[in-house]
Amino acid sequence: MSDSSTPPAPLHLAVSLDGAGRHPAAWREPGARPAELFTARYWAGLATEAETGLLDFITFEDGLALQSSLPEAFDERPDRVRGRLDAVLTAARVAPLTRHIGLVPAVTATHTEPFHISKAVATLDHVSRGRAGLRVQVSGLPHEARHFGRRTVPLADTELYAEAADHVEVIRRLWDSWEDDAEIRDVATGRFVDRDKLHHIDFEGRHFSVRGPSITPRPPQGQPVVSASGAGEASYALVARSTDVGYVAAHDGDRTRAAVAAIRRAREATGLTADPLHLFGELTVFLDEDAPAAGARLERLDALAGLPHGADAGVFTGSPGQLADLLLERREAGLSGFLLHPGVIAHDLPAITRSLVPELQRRGVFRREYEADTLRGLLGLHRPGSRYARRAA
Amino acid sequence: MSSKPLKQIHLAAHFPGVNNTTVWSDPDAGSHIDFDSFIHFAQTAERAKFDFLFLAEGLRLREQGGRIHDLDVVGRPDTFTVLTALAAVTERLGLTGTINSTFNEPYEVARQFATLDHLSEGRAAWNVVTSWDAFTGENFRRGGFLPREDRYSRAQEFLATAHELFDSWDGTAIAADAGSGTFLRDARAGTFAHRGRHFDIEGRFNVPRSPQGRPVIFQAGDSEEGREFAAAGADAIFGRYGTLEAGREFYADVKGRLAAHGRTHDRLKILPAATFVLGDTDAEARETAHEVRRLQVSGQTAIKYLEHVWNRDLSAYDPDGPLPAIDPEPGENTIALGRASVRQFRDPLATARRWRELAGAKNLSIRELVIATTAEQTFVGSAATIAGAINDLVQADAADGFILVPHITPGGLDGFADSVVPLLQERGVFRAEYEGSTLRDHLGLAAPAPAPAPAPR
Repeated sequence: MSDSSTPPAPLHLAVSLDGAGRHPAAWREPGARPAELFTARYWAGLATEAETGLLDFITFEDGLALQSSLPEAFDERPDRVRGRLDAVLTAARVAPLTRHIGLVPAVTATHTEPFHISKAVATLDHVSRGRAGLRVQVSGLPHEARHFGRRTVPLADTELYAEAADHVEVIRRLWDSWEDDAEIRDVATGRFVDRDKLHHIDFEGRHFSVRGPSITPRPPQGQPVVSASGAGEASYALVARSTDVGYVAAHDGDRTRAAVAAIRRAREATGLTADPLHLFGELTVFLDEDAPAAGARLERLDALAGLPHGADAGVFTGSPGQLADLLLERREAGLSGFLLHPGVIAHDLPAITRSLVPELQRRGVFRREYEADTLRGLLGLHRPGSRYARRAA
Repeated sequence: MSSKPLKQIHLAAHFPGVNNTTVWSDPDAGSHIDFDSFIHFAQTAERAKFDFLFLAEGLRLREQGGRIHDLDVVGRPDTFTVLTALAAVTERLGLTGTINSTFNEPYEVARQFATLDHLSEGRAAWNVVTSWDAFTGENFRRGGFLPREDRYSRAQEFLATAHELFDSWDGTAIAADAGSGTFLRDARAGTFAHRGRHFDIEGRFNVPRSPQGRPVIFQAGDSEEGREFAAAGADAIFGRYGTLEAGREFYADVKGRLAAHGRTHDRLKILPAATFVLGDTDAEARETAHEVRRLQVSGQTAIKYLEHVWNRDLSAYDPDGPLPAIDPEPGENTIALGRASVRQFRDPLATARRWRELAGAKNLSIRELVIATTAEQTFVGSAATIAGAINDLVQADAADGFILVPHITPGGLDGFADSVVPLLQERGVFRAEYEGSTLRDHLGLAAPAPAPAPAPR
C-alpha cells in the first residue's frame, strides 16, 4: 500500500490537427484520405475520434499563406499538402457534431481585426455551448504580408508579439463588454437590454484602437480559452500575460524546464499569478507497438519526403507505454498537459485515443469520462466575471 | 389564355434580427443567440425546401442620442461562424451572409467564403455591402476614413479581387496521388497578383477551388449604381418592392440592364424581403397583423423613429400626442448612429411637412403616424390568400421570389412551412424536393465561368 494519500494530478491531453499530419509525407500513408482534406466529413471524423479518447481539446492549425518548406517564400513542391481551410470555421463546422471536446482554432493576430476574431470565437463558444478557445499566433512572413498589402515592412519579432498582446487584450475586453445578464427583456419598460451592462472598451494601442462593445453577447464561458506557443524569448511575455494555456517544446527535459521557468517568471512580473496558467508540452508523435517499429515508420516517411523529419528535437517515436512514461517524466518540468501532433493522423490519432489514453487511465492520470461540459471546466479553470461588472457594494 | 409557362418561385428566410420588426416581447419569442434557435429556424426552412437562409450583419451596436439603443433586439452572432455551424445541421439549404467590404480584407474574406462553400458542399452566398459611417469604423484598424464614393469603388474592387482569388485555383489542381507523390498537379495553384486603387496584393491563395467555384453573389441597394453593379455581376439582388406596380417597374429596369453586360434574363434573381402574418382566415390575419404592428411600434419606438427625421431629442414628447411643431434640426444626422434607415430621409423638412399633413388629415398621434408610414406586412391572410399573392406577384414579374422575415424567433416560419408551402407545391410553382445540391442549383444559376489559366508573371 502506498503511503501517499494524494492521487496523482490528472494529465491534460490535446491533439493538434493539420492536414494529414505533422509529417510532410503523412498524406501518402494508408488511410490518409488526401483527397478529402477539404471536406467536412474528414474534419468531423477526426474530431469525433479525438472525443472518443476523452481529450481536452483539439487545435486546428492555420495560416494566412500557402504552406511552404522555405522560410521566406513559396516553394513549388508538388509532393506536399498545400491548401488549408479557415480554422475558426472548421471548428464551427464540427461543433454541432461533438458534445464535450474543446475546439481551439489557430488565429493569426498579425493581419486580422480583433473585433472580427472576438465575435467569431464568442460565436464558436455559443454554437459549441462553451467549448471554444483560440490559439493565437503571429506572422513575420513577408510573403504573407503581401497578401494583405497594408505593411511594406514586416514588424520585428518583439513588435509582432506586442501587437498580438494588444489583439488579445481587445478580444478579451470585447468578451467582457456585455455583462452576463445584460439581456433583460423587460416588457414593462420596453427595454430589451439594460444598457448600463453594455460597455465601450475604448482600447487605444500602438496599432489599433477599438471602441466596442461587441455585437455578440458574452460567450457561455465568459472568456473562451486563449492559448499560444512559447517559442523563444519574444513570445514568453505574450504567453505569460495573455493566455490560459501556453505550449512549449517538450522533448528535451532541460530546455523544457528552462522555458517553463522563463514563462513562470514573466507571469509573476504581470501580477496575474492568482489565475492559473497551464503550460502544455508539445511533441510530434509516431506510435507503434515498439520503438524500432515506430522508428522504421518514421524512416520510411522521411525517405518518401526526401528529408529527415526525425532530426527535429520535438519528435517522439515509440510505443504508447513509452510515451506515457515520457509524459509523466516530462511533467516534472512543470507541465500540466501535452499538445500532441500526430505524425500521421490516420495512424497516430487512433493510437493516441485507443492506446495511449487507456494506458494513462490505467496509471490513474487521465479521465475515464468527461467531467465538465465546457473547455474551461475540463481544464479546471473558473468562469471569470466581466471586468466591467460593478462590484456589489 | 396565356401559354407562358409557370415561373418557379424562389423562397428564402431571413433570421429575424436587430430591428423593431422582431417582436421579442411575444411569449412565443425565444432566444436570438442560442444556437438551438438557429437550428430550429434553419431546419424549418430546409423542411420547407427553401433556397437559402439569410443573415444580416451590423458591426457596431446602434446608438441614439449618445446611448446604446435598448428597445429592439440587441446583439447577434458572427455571420461566418454561425452559417458554417448550420452547415452541420442542414444538408441542402443555402447559407447566405452579409459581409462588409469596408472593414475586411479580400484575402481573408475570400478564404472564409471558400471555406464555407467547402464545408457546406456548395451552399455559400455572399451579400456584399459597404459600411455607411465612421461610427462603425471606430471598431476597426481602418477607422472610418473612406469617403462615400470610395466605399463603392472599394466594394467593387473588393469583389473583383475576391473573384481573382477564387479563380486562382482550378478544380483539377489537386491530384492527391499518394502513389506518385503528386499532391499538387498544378504547382502554381493559387497564384494571384492584383494591383488596383484599393488593393495592391500578390501571392498564393491557400484554399482550393470550392464546390460552387465562387459563392453566389448578392447585391442590395436601389440606387442607380447599385442596380448597375447588380446587373453587371451579381447572381441575385434584394429587391426593394413587394408590391405589384413598384415591383414590376424595378424588375423590368434591372432585368433590362442585363443584356448590356452580356447576360441573359435568368442570370440575376430579384428577391425582395417580405414580411407576413398568417391566420386561419383573412379577417383573423388582419387582426393579428394590426396587433403585431402595435407591438412593433411601441410609444418609445415611435419617438425614436421620429428622432431619425427630426435629428433632435424628442424624448419629452407624448407618443399619443400630436407631432412636434418644431422643425427638424438641419444638417447631418447626428442623433441616430449605426442605422441604415436614417438614409431614407434625405429631405427631413419635406418629410416632416408631409407627415404633419397626413397626421392632421387623419387625426393621427405620433405612434399612429409611425405605424401608418412604416412598412406594413407584405402578405397578410390565410394560407390560400398568401400563397395566391406570392404566386401572382412572381408570375406578373414583380419578383422571382421572396426572402421572408418572420416577426418571431425562431418559430415564426413554422406556420408558413406547414400551410403556405404545400399550397404553392400543389400549384406546381414551388419545388416539392430539392433537385440539386448546391445553392446555384436551387437558384437555377449556371456555374461560374471556369477559372482562367494562371496569369503569367
